[in-house]
Amino acid sequence: MAEPILEVRGLVKHYPLTRGVLFKKQIGEVRAVDGVDFTLDRGETLGIVGESGCGKSTVAKTLCNLERPTAGEIRYRGEDITRLSGKALKAVRRNIQMVFQDPYTSLNPRMTVGDIIGEPYEIHPEVAPKGDRHRKVRELLDVVGLDPEYVNRYPHQFSGGQRQRIGIARALALRPEIVVADEPVSALDVSVQAQVINLMERLQTEFELSYVFIAHDLSVVRHISDRVGVMYLGRIVEIGTDEQIYEHPTHPYTQALLSAVPVPDPDARERRERIILSGDVPSPTDIPSGCRFRTRCWKARERCALEVPPLAVPAEFRYDTGPQVHDSACHFAAERQVVPPRERDAGGDSSTRAH
Amino acid sequence: MLLEVRDLRVEFRTRDGVVHAVNGVTCEVDAGETLAVLGESGSGKSVTAQAIMGILDIPPGRIGGGQVLFRGTDLLTLKEEERRRIRGAEMAMIFQDSLSALNPVMTVGAQLGEMFTVHRGMSRKDARARAVELMDRVRIPAASQRVRDYPHQFSGGMRQRIMIAMALALEPALIIADEPTTALDVTVQAQVMDLLAELRSEYGMGLLLITHDLGVVADVADRIAVMYAGRIVESAPVHDIYKAPAHPYTRGLLDSIPRLDHKGRELYAIRGLPPNLQAIPPGCAFHPRCPLARDVCRKDVPPLYEVSGTRTSACHFWRECLDGRADS
Ligand SMILES: Nc1ncnc2c1ncn2[C@@H]1O[C@H](COP(=O)(O)OP(=O)(O)OP(=O)(O)O)[C@@H](O)[C@H]1O
Ligand SMILES: Nc1ncnc2c1ncn2[C@@H]1O[C@H](COP(=O)(O)OP(=O)(O)O)[C@@H](O)[C@H]1O
Ligand code: SF4
Ligand code: SF4
Ligand SMILES: [Mg+2]
Ligand SMILES: [Mg+2]
Repeated sequence: MAEPILEVRGLVKHYPLTRGVLFKKQIGEVRAVDGVDFTLDRGETLGIVGESGCGKSTVAKTLCNLERPTAGEIRYRGEDITRLSGKALKAVRRNIQMVFQDPYTSLNPRMTVGDIIGEPYEIHPEVAPKGDRHRKVRELLDVVGLDPEYVNRYPHQFSGGQRQRIGIARALALRPEIVVADEPVSALDVSVQAQVINLMERLQTEFELSYVFIAHDLSVVRHISDRVGVMYLGRIVEIGTDEQIYEHPTHPYTQALLSAVPVPDPDARERRERIILSGDVPSPTDIPSGCRFRTRCWKARERCALEVPPLAVPAEFRYDTGPQVHDSACHFAAERQVVPPRERDAGGDSSTRAH
Repeated sequence: MLLEVRDLRVEFRTRDGVVHAVNGVTCEVDAGETLAVLGESGSGKSVTAQAIMGILDIPPGRIGGGQVLFRGTDLLTLKEEERRRIRGAEMAMIFQDSLSALNPVMTVGAQLGEMFTVHRGMSRKDARARAVELMDRVRIPAASQRVRDYPHQFSGGMRQRIMIAMALALEPALIIADEPTTALDVTVQAQVMDLLAELRSEYGMGLLLITHDLGVVADVADRIAVMYAGRIVESAPVHDIYKAPAHPYTRGLLDSIPRLDHKGRELYAIRGLPPNLQAIPPGCAFHPRCPLARDVCRKDVPPLYEVSGTRTSACHFWRECLDGRADS
């Protein structure tokens, strides 16, 4: 198999928790990311899902070098970029770009759209010589489906969906290989969300991009991803292809998460099995011992408090083949189908209805 | 009929002109029934709810017309003190943002207790006991200790359950819930919706649930009313609408959501953007985005056509839409 374009091993980001103003005393730490492993293949989309505060944005920021990890490796084409600095770092940064969640605050309100999209060229003038920039910016606007005549407008003159297109254009300016998108469609209305998702899929083919696509909406992630990682309290607890995760989940948290998603099909009400979790997610300053999901897990036993389950193919599937065989960090992993299978010729299949 | 809204209109006078937020909303909620009002942001859902509850900001808001009949009485003709008596006791509201809806400097026990001292004339001690009971009812662990805590000391999901407790306190006949789970994670959303549905059927209340999530609607609603540019453009029993929408906007929405149960191919995307409510397109407000639009759509506002005894659609060509005829 070809070498992955990105390989993340043991990624950790802890923030000190301090008290006092003058004499800061560290009283603990926020374990925002606490040992994350994954690989990203060339041209692939890896989706990362998880609930609020589980560390998704922190992973994104470390990948794009906006935060320095506390520990771990991020290998880009085999080279650990967490150790780079100066010129070498700058060269790598160009190839990993980020799209942010909030189209309302991530663009500088005092800059024109042209300046926003062209800003990366100030830092990397080698990509576009000065005389060529204006043309490139207009080209980018066209690529993301905006009128190139808008180049002198300001962000507030655009809708949320249009601003997200501007953010995408900016991320593409340097012709990166990898785009890390942190909740790129979460703030958008359904009708506009589909436009932006389609755009991102088209651009991926056109520019041969690899995506890390972060979101809390499990349906959006399934639609766009080749593989999906499920995060809980700073760790990936299960990872696999979209079919493995959605149709053959083996980790109790993934199963609970999937079962909780309301599906837009009233006939599924009776067919569905809901796993209602009790309690709330523990604080990342105080992560449970052993398996971090055990305080909410209905299957937890003594072993779960003592041993950290590794993210690997569970021992009980060692001799199996089939979609249940994929990495799952649970001592008692077992397949359980929670998403009701689609009724073949029922209505609501967007791919077959004509418009 | 518990609640009947007839041709409700609300506008806001702002410095840049008049915002036509609600332009003829017509809908009904029967006792024991859940009606979901579905719409994208800015479609006028919250303003409709505020007008029904009588908590609209006037000015800048202004009721431009219509009726809000609650058990046959038009609330819009009542005096403020009569409306206040109805609020809380007969109809109650659950808001999206629990942190700003609850009083930050009062314990949750005191806030819950106030419902009983003010409306029911109970003693403080009895009111406190009822508050604990209610918190128990909405599954707050260790309720008897936690009544002394302030809102910010609870998680988002717990606060939302406390709001449900407040809304239920006086056992109103109607609950209006404005995106009650939008700010919550999906596992917590499931906890809260589960609780709300259980209590709703136990108390036999009518529920008007405002949401933008087609999944939530499919899960809990009996009927659905779809809002676009301040108007209900389609209303139907929930099973019917997912099978065969009778308005092109509904149909576009249903086709544009990615599915959990299969990967799917390219999504259908409704073209263009929702309208600016200061300059709503003439004729059918949806015409600039509609694949079925024709000349008549640009001129004549479609009335609410009766599709069947239980369905209406504000589309001149609802029949074509319902038949799912190819239309591109
Ligand atoms: N600079 C920081 N200092 C201290 N704690 C932080 C910092 N940034 C993030 N955290 C904490 O780390 C945890 C993970 O945060 P992160 O923003 O990565 O979550 P997320 O998964 O992106 O959540 P959401 O879905 O809400 O965006 C949270 O508990 C957060 O409060
Ligand atoms: N106090 C107000 N002043 C001016 N405009 C308002 C006010 N409240 C709401 N609006 C406008 O009314 C329209 C409908 O708003 P709202 O009912 O909140 O939409 P939603 O469907 O998202 O709940 C929007 O255009 C909004 O900007
Ligand atoms: S290891 Fe134990 S607590 Fe953790 S998910 Fe598996 S069964 Fe549950
Ligand atoms: S009335 Fe015309 S424009 Fe409006 S939804 Fe129907 S077909 Fe489309
Ligand atoms: Mg985030
Ligand atoms: Mg609203």
